[in-house]
Amino acid sequence: MLCLGIETSCDETAAAVVRDGREILSNIIATQLDLHAEYGGVVPELACRRHAQLIDRIVEKALKEGGVSLKDVGLVSVVQGPGLIGALLIGVNFAKGLAWSRGLPLVPTNHVEAHVYSCFMSNPQMELPAIGLVASGGHTSLFIMENVGRYRKLGETTDDAVGESFDKVASLLGLPYMGGPHVEKLALKGDANAIPFPRGLSKKKKSYDFSYSGLKTAVLYHVKGYGNKKRDPDKLSDQEKADVAASFQEAALEVLVQKSLRAAEQFRAKSIAVGGGVSANQRLRTLFAEGARNLALPVYFPERRLCTDNAAMVAGLGHWLYAQDPGSATYDFDARASMDFLR
Amino acid sequence: MPCPGGTARDVKSSQQRENQNSRKTDEQPAEPLASGTWISRSPAQTVELGTKTGRSLAKGDVVALYGELGSGKTTFVKGLAAGLGAEREEGVRSPTFVLLNLYKGRLPVYHIDLYRVHSLERLRDMGYEDYAFGEGVTVIEWAERAEEALPERTMRVWFRSVGKRSREIRIQVPAGKGGIER
Repeated sequence: MLCLGIETSCDETAAAVVRDGREILSNIIATQLDLHAEYGGVVPELACRRHAQLIDRIVEKALKEGGVSLKDVGLVSVVQGPGLIGALLIGVNFAKGLAWSRGLPLVPTNHVEAHVYSCFMSNPQMELPAIGLVASGGHTSLFIMENVGRYRKLGETTDDAVGESFDKVASLLGLPYMGGPHVEKLALKGDANAIPFPRGLSKKKKSYDFSYSGLKTAVLYHVKGYGNKKRDPDKLSDQEKADVAASFQEAALEVLVQKSLRAAEQFRAKSIAVGGGVSANQRLRTLFAEGARNLALPVYFPERRLCTDNAAMVAGLGHWLYAQDPGSATYDFDARASMDFLR
Repeated sequence: MPCPGGTARDVKSSQQRENQNSRKTDEQPAEPLASGTWISRSPAQTVELGTKTGRSLAKGDVVALYGELGSGKTTFVKGLAAGLGAEREEGVRSPTFVLLNLYKGRLPVYHIDLYRVHSLERLRDMGYEDYAFGEGVTVIEWAERAEEALPERTMRVWFRSVGKRSREIRIQVPAGKGGIER
């Protein structure tokens, strides 16, 4: 069965067509397109208005690129939350209108859960139960996944998300806005052991929570000084900046790996599944590979195009939920700004 | 940016300790809060001042927070939400990416973060006006990015690092608040 997925929870307008929950026929994300060239005219920066202006064309493009037409689609899936309410409403209402008019079942999905599901899409061989880690700009959560749809929360960040700390460190180092990937790139030239930045909550052996606020502040002090010992961050040499980036990255990622591995041992998980934007970080993948080697534990990541926000994971999850329980399809739901998938 | 004057006080004043055990559950604002400057010597003290601030808030109040990265804004909100009776398990976290977190207390707390929001239009996109003028308390980090959207009766709080763990916190309570007219 073909599922059309729609995602408008934040900045991206996205649509995708997926066959049987796994095979991606198309995966369209608006920001990857040259909007001005494709559509002409000004595309507003305002996410909500932009979603409204683009959604029908993005869906059309997803169908066209997938080589299918709307009459081939058997199911529609849309992100219900969490996200910006104004943005979510566009996707939810569009999906409702589309599904209703074609008499198609519609499955509401959780954006964060879809990130977890993206790991399955890329790794059908994944064994359960797994330890799931969602590491992104907005989320840092660790949980046991007994099955898709069945999760038990182990811990989450008590302050900043890990991806957020990457972006804030990027800003401290004068790297471009939303610079998580720039930190990773700069870190390649630095010494990860140069500065002993704190590993948040790593000493609390029984806790699976995370904390990135202290690490952010430690980097701030290192770069800018504090009190009457202020420093000019512009005077840092390129090598010093690279060392800060590498040492920060190591501290941020080590805790993720350490807690995931510990949870996998404690709960006898058969694998680890990592999703969210930070799962694209190569150093994270290396650290996991090194750490899991001794445990003979497979660690799975989504393919790169599924790491960041996309609609293929939404279509995949929607299909899976519907296959498990056709009762999950409904027109009777609202967009929700806050929404927890961990139960 | 206008800042209130006043001498710096230590967060752990005796008044503070007295207030610690009283917790109001109805919609009446509890202890009034005066404008002033505090020195917090630890994150725990910043939380404490936030709690005291939270207890002074009423339906429809807007609290604007100003200060650099790592100056204690989110830590303050942890206390503020607790002062409004937010449940422990709904932990206060940074909304930098998700832009908005909601905590349920004696009043709903809308925790907004404008770090990534660079235009007023983007803020309207979030449905900000529905929150800020609604049933709950709205607290906004990086409020300078939407200064013109803030209502007249906004409570303003400035944060500044003055030492490795010390923060200077200045609170400006809008005229008409302070417990007399409410």
